[in-house]
Amino acid sequence: MSQKPLLEVENLRIDLSIGDTKFPAVQDVSFTIGRGETLGLVGESGCGKSITALALIGLLRHPLSIGGGIIRFDGREIQSLSPAQMRQLRGDRISMIFQEPMTALNPLSPVGRQIAEMFVLHKGASWRDAERQAVEALASVRVPAPERRVKDYPHQLSGGMRQRVMIAIALACSPDLLLADEPTTALDVTVQAEILDLIRDLCAERGTAVLMISHDLGLIANMCRRVGVMYAGRIVEERAAEDVFRAPSHPYTSGLVASLPLLGARARQGRHRLMEIAGVVPPVAAFPAGCRFHPRCRASTEICVAADPEVTLLPNGGSVRCHHHE
Amino acid sequence: MLSFIVRRLLQTIPIILAVALLIFVMFSVIPGTFASSMGDDGRGMLDAQVMERMNKEFGLADPVYVRFGKYIAQLAQLDLGMSFRTRQPVSSVLADRMWPTLQLSFAAMMFSIVIGVPLGFIAALRPGSIIDTVSMVGAVSGLSVPKFWLGLLMMYFFALQLGWLPSFGYGDGGLRYLTLPAVALGVAPLALLARTTRAAVLEIMNADFVRTARSKGMSEWRVVQWHLARNALVIVLTTIGLQFGTVIGQAVVIEKLFAWPGLGSLLVDSVTLRDIPVVQGAILLIVMFFLLVNTLVDVLCAIIDPRIKYT
Amino acid sequence: MKIRANLLIGGVLFATVILAGILAPLLAHTDPVMDANLMFAEEPPGGEFWFGTDAQGRDIYSRVLYGARISLTVGIVSQLINTVIGVCLGLSAGYWGGWWDDFVNGLTNLMLAIPSLIFALAIMAILTPGLTSLLIALGLTNWSFTCRLARASALSLKSQGYVQAAKVLGYGDIRIMLTQLLPNMLGPIIVIGTLGMGGAVLAEASLSFLGLGIRPPFPSWGSMLSDARDQITTAPWISVFPGLAIFMTVLGLNLLGDGLRDILDPQSRTRRA
Repeated sequence: MSQKPLLEVENLRIDLSIGDTKFPAVQDVSFTIGRGETLGLVGESGCGKSITALALIGLLRHPLSIGGGIIRFDGREIQSLSPAQMRQLRGDRISMIFQEPMTALNPLSPVGRQIAEMFVLHKGASWRDAERQAVEALASVRVPAPERRVKDYPHQLSGGMRQRVMIAIALACSPDLLLADEPTTALDVTVQAEILDLIRDLCAERGTAVLMISHDLGLIANMCRRVGVMYAGRIVEERAAEDVFRAPSHPYTSGLVASLPLLGARARQGRHRLMEIAGVVPPVAAFPAGCRFHPRCRASTEICVAADPEVTLLPNGGSVRCHHHE
Repeated sequence: MLSFIVRRLLQTIPIILAVALLIFVMFSVIPGTFASSMGDDGRGMLDAQVMERMNKEFGLADPVYVRFGKYIAQLAQLDLGMSFRTRQPVSSVLADRMWPTLQLSFAAMMFSIVIGVPLGFIAALRPGSIIDTVSMVGAVSGLSVPKFWLGLLMMYFFALQLGWLPSFGYGDGGLRYLTLPAVALGVAPLALLARTTRAAVLEIMNADFVRTARSKGMSEWRVVQWHLARNALVIVLTTIGLQFGTVIGQAVVIEKLFAWPGLGSLLVDSVTLRDIPVVQGAILLIVMFFLLVNTLVDVLCAIIDPRIKYT
Repeated sequence: MKIRANLLIGGVLFATVILAGILAPLLAHTDPVMDANLMFAEEPPGGEFWFGTDAQGRDIYSRVLYGARISLTVGIVSQLINTVIGVCLGLSAGYWGGWWDDFVNGLTNLMLAIPSLIFALAIMAILTPGLTSLLIALGLTNWSFTCRLARASALSLKSQGYVQAAKVLGYGDIRIMLTQLLPNMLGPIIVIGTLGMGGAVLAEASLSFLGLGIRPPFPSWGSMLSDARDQITTAPWISVFPGLAIFMTVLGLNLLGDGLRDILDPQSRTRRA
């Protein structure tokens, strides 16, 4: 493995254009992912996780666009790639799984063909070969009777099965990086664990790095070594997963941790009320001045209203963006 | 598959019967019969005896429900009655007029499909471009222009001024005679198809599965070819089916303008002369044809879209 | 920006036609029916006769102005009848369900199976030609889209909390339909109504053109075109202005409908107008 990280994101900014005005939906976002590493991005909906992932794979569409910063994949800046070069990367070396397996697959096309497309596009396979490889790909995501399932249409499959098909598509070309955007949110709880195990196992086998996006801190902590917490378009805390749980630094992270139902020792101590963070994520066009979390923050003081907090490195690794970090 | 088609065809029978009943009842409440309307027409009063004889000859003296019963019984044997005017069987009158109307309607639909669908497609792929703006302004104009006026203007320019095409009539039924009426009739469905196609493509463009296709590294052309065209086709096909009905209805005006010897001009003439069996027969035939086309469209949609169950 | 262009152009066109209709007696140069003068038959446009004269020597400009009255009356009144029928049937069917819903559904399917111009023609066949008959024929034949829309909205709205609450409060069915359901489906209904008005203007012109609507000598744009056809070789201008008037009126209504749809019913771009 090379020393250079697989993916480096520096000061990424994503603009939302409304009329002639541009609002930064994502700002100053920096992180790196090494080969085979897993990074989790967590936060409430509307905080910019999904569009960050879309920016990485080059699928932002109007009114969203990259407004600044650098995305370096395997040493190359992807903004400098031509559309054709970007297409070669997409699907082959970076791929993505979406939240809704119901709508993410074409309803009028058999799932086998939708997998086979990957081999035709990136491996130059003939359709006949590609269809054969699609059966193997379905088998690898543990779909029973794959040779029959390839002929099925998406509506004939359950949600969990559809998401397995999505995973088969995403991992068909053994990419270097998988972007998983809330891959289990739309699924039954019982299926969620299976799908997560599948992603973890298959990516480990292939040495595929994962950027896992979820609003569920528990899930992220389970899957990922490191966690970035996003709020209102910024990463407010980035730490090793166990540190985030043990000693969250940012008040928003503390709120997320406190809102998790507790199992094990602390749960047995008595009934804990589930905490929730009051209020909602502000819309992009109305991000508050100063610290963007201050209107919802219990610890906020004058400085939080007046000044934007800088990134502070924490002593035992990680960083936080808060005036009053613990 | 076959049983699906048969079932869909059987489902149209109640509608056809209902239309037959509706038309029958409507024309049974006409104040005055054909015989008395002939008197009105100023061709000299028919005396009471003649009227009575005619009423008897056409079975008009019976009460309405008896007449409807008889009518349906005859209908089941494909006997549509006899024309009041020419005393020929209605079915043979209709048979003579059916082909020109089908010819005209198909030609108009082909014209509108061949131009309208690609136009809507291109417009949707370049939203906001000049071609999009021009074709959408053209489309709303096409929907607004009265087609007989358009026909009249085309008749003036292309037939009378330039002399490229015959101004009216069926002639040998060839393309030269067909062009002007078919274009005049096809402009409105063309406009509607362009708009529908554009809207359908734009909607599918934003669908999640198109984003998935892009995430696979497909070029835009591949996305259109592999994932967009078929999905848009389902919506476009449905519109085409519905437009067929409108086109056959509107053909009445165009046939009259261009003296095209089809069902439409027959219908107008028969309405003016109160030749009711012919009017009933022509309407029934038009409705049946429309239902047939829509059944065909349903079957095609079911072939393309696996989510539609064969029930 | 596009929204405003639609609404603006459509509104101006429609307002022009309305003004022309209302002010016809002031703007017209001659009486549209009586002032025939064979001395001036088939005069080309220009001079005293802005749009020229027809075969009977009547001033086409004045006749086109008066024609606006007929077109607008038919368009507005018949579409109002359609809307009332469609809303009453669709709303009640969606709200009550059961056999009534089945019946209304069947009726709608029946209406959709008969091309509306053919149906209107059949009705005109049993009535005496004239304005009232036209209003009936066009008012009874184009309510199926409104009906379907009202039914679908009523079905989806009736399970909403506030409708349930109104039921619990003991509101009567009619009151719930009128005060809770109707206001929430008004937007799309207005859109369909506006576009349908354009359709009604076209249908009136078609029927009059066929000699089954407004009969000559009254100045309907459609019947004027029917007369003009005979003079197309000698006096083509007779055909131009009545057709242009229909085109402008319908274009105005269609643009207005599109513009209103962008505002009132933004989700329904694929729904057929």
